[in-house]
Amino acid sequence: MASYDVMPDVGLFQPATVDDALRLADRFLDEGWLLGGGQDTYGWLKDRAKNPKALIDISHIDELRGIRKTDNGVDIGAATTLREIIGDASIGRDYSLLVDAARRVASPQIRNVGTLGGNLVQDTRCWYYRRGLACYRAGGNICYADGPQAMNREHSVFGASRCVAVSPSDTATALVALDATMTIRSADSSRTLPAERFFVGPATHITRMTALEPGEMLTAVTIPPTWAGKRFYFEKVADRNVWDFALVSIAAAMSLDGDAVADARLVCGGVACTPHRLKGVERAVRGKTLSDETADAVAPLATKGAKPLNYNHFKLPLIENLVRRALRG
Amino acid sequence: MNPQLSRRRFIKTVIASSVAAASHNSFPVAKAHHVGDGYVDRLITIIVNGKKRRVDVMPQETLAYTLRYKLGLTGTKIGCNRGECGACTVLIDDVTNYSCSTLTHSVRTRNVTTVEGVQSDDGSLHPVQQAFVDELSPQCGFCTPGQVMSAVALLRENPNPTREEARQALSGNICRCGAYDHYLNGVMRAAGQRS
Repeated sequence: MASYDVMPDVGLFQPATVDDALRLADRFLDEGWLLGGGQDTYGWLKDRAKNPKALIDISHIDELRGIRKTDNGVDIGAATTLREIIGDASIGRDYSLLVDAARRVASPQIRNVGTLGGNLVQDTRCWYYRRGLACYRAGGNICYADGPQAMNREHSVFGASRCVAVSPSDTATALVALDATMTIRSADSSRTLPAERFFVGPATHITRMTALEPGEMLTAVTIPPTWAGKRFYFEKVADRNVWDFALVSIAAAMSLDGDAVADARLVCGGVACTPHRLKGVERAVRGKTLSDETADAVAPLATKGAKPLNYNHFKLPLIENLVRRALRG
Repeated sequence: MNPQLSRRRFIKTVIASSVAAASHNSFPVAKAHHVGDGYVDRLITIIVNGKKRRVDVMPQETLAYTLRYKLGLTGTKIGCNRGECGACTVLIDDVTNYSCSTLTHSVRTRNVTTVEGVQSDDGSLHPVQQAFVDELSPQCGFCTPGQVMSAVALLRENPNPTREEARQALSGNICRCGAYDHYLNGVMRAAGQRS
């Protein structure tokens, strides 16, 4: 397939309100494309690997921007930029996990325009898929990344079902760890989903990575006060410190009762099609003191049931080591 | 021969009508839109380096394309055209952006600053540019406009950065010559921390 370096012919709408945007999304459905910062979008278009008829630019809609404290925690509009989140004092104080994750996204220029919503709903980086090949995820009937000669160093070790692509989002792991709620709107309805159920694996929906139906829009993310100011740990391992996506990342939120862990949520990125919760580790660490001994004892639980591919066995010790670093005293 | 139909006039007419036909066919969405639903107009005004510029912009046009090929501001380079190299970095409302990955229509109400717009009114170089010259920062020079813009943005926000902060601020700009440390020397000189 040829690669082009210029933008294809595509229509552009800049609706003034969310309602107008949703009406357009409803009108175009699969042929419309909601545009936030556009940093994931333009590559798809320039490669002609996705060919929407209309871009619906929602980055300027005021209702979708900004960070507001409410009784239920903090509401972050989906078109709020990562730069705004990184610079927000209250998020930095209460939910530094999200700031640490957002800080590690791509490059400064991309964080300056990239939106939280865009970072959450961005498509996977599997290069076979992004090249425009007719794989399962693109509606075909083969996976190019899971074969004897496939290059799958970056692919999944958990939860594969035909497709072995992984979730690329850094903020998604943090928001699942913080037990955030996603608000989703369409032209005639509105619903909310816990972050964990917002991201869907290939067994549920092989052609998309989120629960968003055509015509729906992620409008806001709500972080509950449950984990405000608790102990957090975020680390992302990638080949490069800038631009690159996580080989494995970990986002951990822990509440302590004295020295002991009262509750914990640990989430890995880059290892499954969705942010992957380490429930075995979470259960095992409850009631224990954070220490090297605890970390060593529970870390092996993180990779139970993992099914590595030809070139990504290295992810298993990497996952366990990140868990150790999150849990040592 | 009919003086109204010279050869030149005939050719001009043919070109104009085929352009009209082509632009008519290439935007099926535009034909279907209703007034007031937010479909963008082609003739817009953008503010570049403090000047209002009227320009005819396609819906899908990137800012890098508009700057270089419509406004003649070729100081902004297109390297990868994928938001991966930083050569096209410009400031939009004082914040660095990849102009190859920004739609021109999205900057209508905002201030765009390109490398042509950082020198002072009398034509002398911006302190960052002068410091890059003094420190021999560029090697081949292709990434330099982008490096200048990232450094200018950093010093506007943080006039006294540490070398590590400068490193972070310039981390979205690739230099294939590998002159990173020379650029950092330049930033530190521009910040008055190196002479």
